[in-house]
Amino acid sequence: MTKKHSILDREGLKPAAANGLFDRRAFFKGGAALATAMTGYTIGNSAAAQQLVDDPWSRGIGNRVQAYGTPSRFESGVARILSNPNAEPRTQHGRTPHHLINGTFTPNGLHFVISHTGNPDIDPSAHKLVIHGLVERPLVFTLDALARYPMVSRMTFLECGGNSAALWSPEPLQNTAQEIHGLVSCAEYTGVLLSTLLEETGIDPRAKWFIAEGADASALHRSVPLHKALDDAMIALYQNGERIMPGNGYPMRLLLPGWEGNMNVKWLRRIELTDEPALGFYEARTYTPILPDGSAYSYYFLQEVKSFITHPSPGLALSGAGLYEISGVAYSANGRIARVMVSADGGQSWAEAALQDPVLPKAFTRFRAPWRWDGGPAVLQSRAWDEAGNVQPTRAELISRRGEASRVPRSPFAFPSQHYNGPTSWRVGEDGEVTNVYA
Amino acid sequence: MSMRSTQRLATLVVLASAAFAASAQGPGLGIPIREADVAAWDITVFPSGANLPSGRGTAAEGAVIYAQQCAACHGVNGEGGLAAPVVGGDPLTNGIDTPKRIKNFWASATTLFDFTRRQMPLYTPRTLTDDQVYALTAYLLAINDIIDEDTVMNAETLMQVQMPNRNGFKPRFPAMMP
Ligand code: HEC
Repeated sequence: MTKKHSILDREGLKPAAANGLFDRRAFFKGGAALATAMTGYTIGNSAAAQQLVDDPWSRGIGNRVQAYGTPSRFESGVARILSNPNAEPRTQHGRTPHHLINGTFTPNGLHFVISHTGNPDIDPSAHKLVIHGLVERPLVFTLDALARYPMVSRMTFLECGGNSAALWSPEPLQNTAQEIHGLVSCAEYTGVLLSTLLEETGIDPRAKWFIAEGADASALHRSVPLHKALDDAMIALYQNGERIMPGNGYPMRLLLPGWEGNMNVKWLRRIELTDEPALGFYEARTYTPILPDGSAYSYYFLQEVKSFITHPSPGLALSGAGLYEISGVAYSANGRIARVMVSADGGQSWAEAALQDPVLPKAFTRFRAPWRWDGGPAVLQSRAWDEAGNVQPTRAELISRRGEASRVPRSPFAFPSQHYNGPTSWRVGEDGEVTNVYA
Repeated sequence: MSMRSTQRLATLVVLASAAFAASAQGPGLGIPIREADVAAWDITVFPSGANLPSGRGTAAEGAVIYAQQCAACHGVNGEGGLAAPVVGGDPLTNGIDTPKRIKNFWASATTLFDFTRRQMPLYTPRTLTDDQVYALTAYLLAINDIIDEDTVMNAETLMQVQMPNRNGFKPRFPAMMP
């Protein structure tokens, strides 16, 4: 044991928790010796040094520049996983491959999508947004008109109320972080604050809600308290700098930072101010978790504080004992992430993870913790706190309040309930394979 | 109109719309529209009954439309198939994953009317007439024993429907409710 610790000991680093977790500052202090030890998770057999050669791609002119770039052909496996690839008559989901990407924002082509009735092919020059109901002046806005309004940009995560639903299963399902947690993503959005447009329409004092509705086949509509409109709701036009893609609401969507994904109505065409909620299908029936006593939560609104480890995770096997970086994402509807703790022994002891700057409100925060795997069994977990003082519950706490599915779901894509924000536990076996366990 | 008077008019219009907006943050490019011109999109039916259209329908009429336009996905007797069942439902105390059905879960008959009119049939939404939607609503409520087979559904009777689970909900964050 002492021998295995030697690199770290030389750097004056002390374990921060049991089973190989080091102080979060280890990376920054450790310098090159640590950095070279912490590459990928699965290293091929040919890692031994060989004589270097000039490779074929270095000995001639490369490929032409593309008008719209696409990833290297070697990255074709980095893609969303689809729940309904043949578009059978039911909802379609595409999930973000969290274990195959890194950092804090999600590329647009990998951002999660849920479409209940497909993605409409909207001609932006014909699209209109109407704001009416309990306003002083009903108004219509074209996309060209909106382009003239003052805009704001912000990072925000977007999470489906049904994300991580596989973890309601009474037994852990063996799936990747993508399959389990792929219905959350994070992007930078640019658009016009809804409050700016409401200044122009005026607000009738009787208004308490607004109903947002899309131009898709389902004319999907959700009721949102007016206070969110006056806070940070945005008519988003751009995502990560380019026009929002069709699956995410082209040419405009409602963005309600931190709030349940389905409420962020895509293909937005109508906002009606009202004195009552609509009690529409998705708010009254779909995104309403049943509780153990047979009652149900409605108007969940918030995606509460949560974190999960992306590296390592199922599909990213460890190749031999040694130093690794544990990393993942944390986020909360209630502001910034304040702290993330990481455990390598199933939650018995904890070390504080480093938070990657910038730590932005209602956005992904990447956390990292140095870890030396000794080759024995380990159970990795993360737990997040937000600046409002909320803490991610343990699974036992969450289950005692919210219950557990009565049977194992037929697929990780099923939704036995919604709004799971408990922890995820990844077990590392002696063979380096990572599996999902409850701890 | 001379160039100058055009400019003056433009200035006046800008001033007028600036005066309209409480504190003009934007360029004031919203185009005024009359509520009547929003009608084609203004389909939301509220739990208070607001915006329920005129019209009527019975379960017997609904059964005919159902067989033609709905049964292929929801089953001949509502038992489900390609899409979810629209009849029956287990007690919600069976588990948090109990399938949600009209009978065991839906809080308001207005949600059923609104959803059917808005989104069904899946591939040809918003093609049903209001009478057809009333008839289908009557049919779906009748096969679930929520109304009698011969109750006519219209804007008045729909508001008298007592959904079994109407008191089954609580807001997750009461302090955030308007
Ligand atoms: C092509 C298949 C298809 C046809 C035809 C169809 N539906 Fe549906 N129906 C669906 C799908 C898919 C959903 C689920 C929508 C969702 O959850 O986003 C659904 C959901 C429903 C629901 C909600 C069920 C529940 O409790 O969740 C009702 C009620 C309904 N349909 C009624 C009808 C009626 C009435 C018709 C005929 C006018 C009809 N449907 C025709 C596919 C179909």
